[in-house]
Parts: sequence; structure tokens; C-alpha cells
Amino acid sequence: MSATVNFADLAVGAQIGARSLEISRADLVKYAGASGDFNPIHWNERFARAVELPGVIAHGMFTMGAAVQLVTDWIGDPGAVLSYGTRFTKPVPVADLDGAPGAQVEIVGVVGALDSDAGTARIDLTVTLDGQKVLVKAQAVVRVA
Amino acid sequence: MCVQRPAGYTLKIMTINPELQGRSYSLGEPYSVGRESIRDFARAVKATNSAHFFVSEAHTLGYADLVAPPTYAIIVAQRADALLINDPDSGIDFSRVVHAEQRFTHHRPIVAGDELLAELHVDGVRAMGGGAMITTRAEISTADGESVATTVSAILVRGEEQ
Repeated sequence: MSATVNFADLAVGAQIGARSLEISRADLVKYAGASGDFNPIHWNERFARAVELPGVIAHGMFTMGAAVQLVTDWIGDPGAVLSYGTRFTKPVPVADLDGAPGAQVEIVGVVGALDSDAGTARIDLTVTLDGQKVLVKAQAVVRVA
Repeated sequence: MCVQRPAGYTLKIMTINPELQGRSYSLGEPYSVGRESIRDFARAVKATNSAHFFVSEAHTLGYADLVAPPTYAIIVAQRADALLINDPDSGIDFSRVVHAEQRFTHHRPIVAGDELLAELHVDGVRAMGGGAMITTRAEISTADGESVATTVSAILVRGEEQ
């Protein structure tokens, strides 16, 4: 999985990869348990609707945390991610379905900037649900050299 | 539109205390980063790198123990945020909190065995519609004072019907 990435081979605008992220209600329960974020808007439909949400929504941090896996798989070292940030612009509603994902998010990673002095690359992630961005300015700075 | 609220949930219009800005909160007890916590978190974000799961693979990458995924520090940061949200003086209704922005800066990777403390700083509070946008910064360090990560969060506390 950890094919070696050479700084000299990188070019701004080059795609590092793309993948689909299927999200189920079980994923949200697992993320709640692992992260300690038990806000009921992420698991209780009645509660989510009562606070005027479209239904149960994914933790923004679930989407953010899963999206960056494209970057860590590309670089091969989770500790090479020096910084990572995003804005959460749209909720990701996760339907309660049997035998099908409750939501499917598309993730594409592109080299956004290179810093040869620092030996770092900025990877810009485009994360969309039904063609609409759910993360905006999702950027990770990665140590390459 | 009339919204039916399930019995037992009370929602009230809360007023965010504008004097929160500049406040800070400290985690009383360090967060102990365990191997199973790293494994569980890695599975939860669908991370597959073997250095999250196998100590020998973490050693191969040069880490003393299992290395945490890039967003793992959120566990500690949100514990620190909870000190603010649960402060009765803050006026924040947790059920109306939506995450608006998040940033991590890693001073070094988090590994199993770390004992992490956090100092939470309320850097900004501004009114937004009927609610408020609150920016917090958690400085995460070891008990020995080594800087590990800085996290910045913006949370939107939605007003009623917002």
C-alpha cells in the first residue's frame, strides 16, 4: 500500500487518487463510540428532526477523518500529515437502510501546492455528496521528503 | 411549520455569554492514549494503515508504538470543548451545536502511551443570526510540557429555527 512518493515526481494539479466512501448508520455508531462524540443528532432520528435537521447526519469529524485516509494511504505514513483543516458546509444525512449505504460521499485528492524547502506537499481534497461539496477548503500538508 | 418535539427533550432559546471570549479551561486529568483506543478510532474512520494496528509495523515506520490517525486529537480537543459547552455559565445548548470548521496542526504524531493534557482557549465569539459562532483552540501537550498538537474548532450554536 505504501508506494514510495518522491517529491521530485510531484506536480501541482496532479491527482493522487479518488475513492467513494459509503456511510451507514453503523459507521456513525462506531465513530461515536471511538471518538466519544455522542451528540444524538448523529444517531437519533427523532432528536435530529426535532432540532430542524433533515434527519440523522454524519459527524463532520467522521467525514473529515475518513476523507484524509486517501492522503495517508498515498503517502504510506499517517504521521506524515503535518496539518489538516476543513470547513463543514453541508450536513451529510445518513439514511437508515438495510443492505445499502445510507450515504455515499466522493473524495478526490489533488496536489494543491509544493514547498521544496520544507519538503511538503499540500493535498487539496474535494469531498462531495450528490455533486455538492460537504467539506470546503479541505487541505492536508504532508511531509514528503 | 410546527415542529413536534419528542417528550423529554426541552429546547429553549439560549443566549450565548459574550464574555466567554478569552476564557480558558484545562483538562484536569491527562488523556491516556491506549493501543485499543487507536485501533478503535482507526477502524471508525476506515483507516487501514498497519501502523495503527500492529506495533511491529509502527516500529518499522520509526514510531515507539501504534501511531494515531491524523484526526485522533479530536478526542482530546472535544473533551476540552466539553468543559466550555458544559459550563452552565456559557449558555450553550449542546443539542444545537454544529461543527463549522476544524484544523489540526501536529507538532509530532500521537502514539500509544502518550499522556495528553489540553488547555482550551476561547478565541472568538460572534453572534450569527439567532445563534453564535464560537472559535476554540486546544493546545495539546504531554504532562511533561512537550507540545503535541494544536487544534482549532469553530462551532455554530444554532438559534431556534436556524
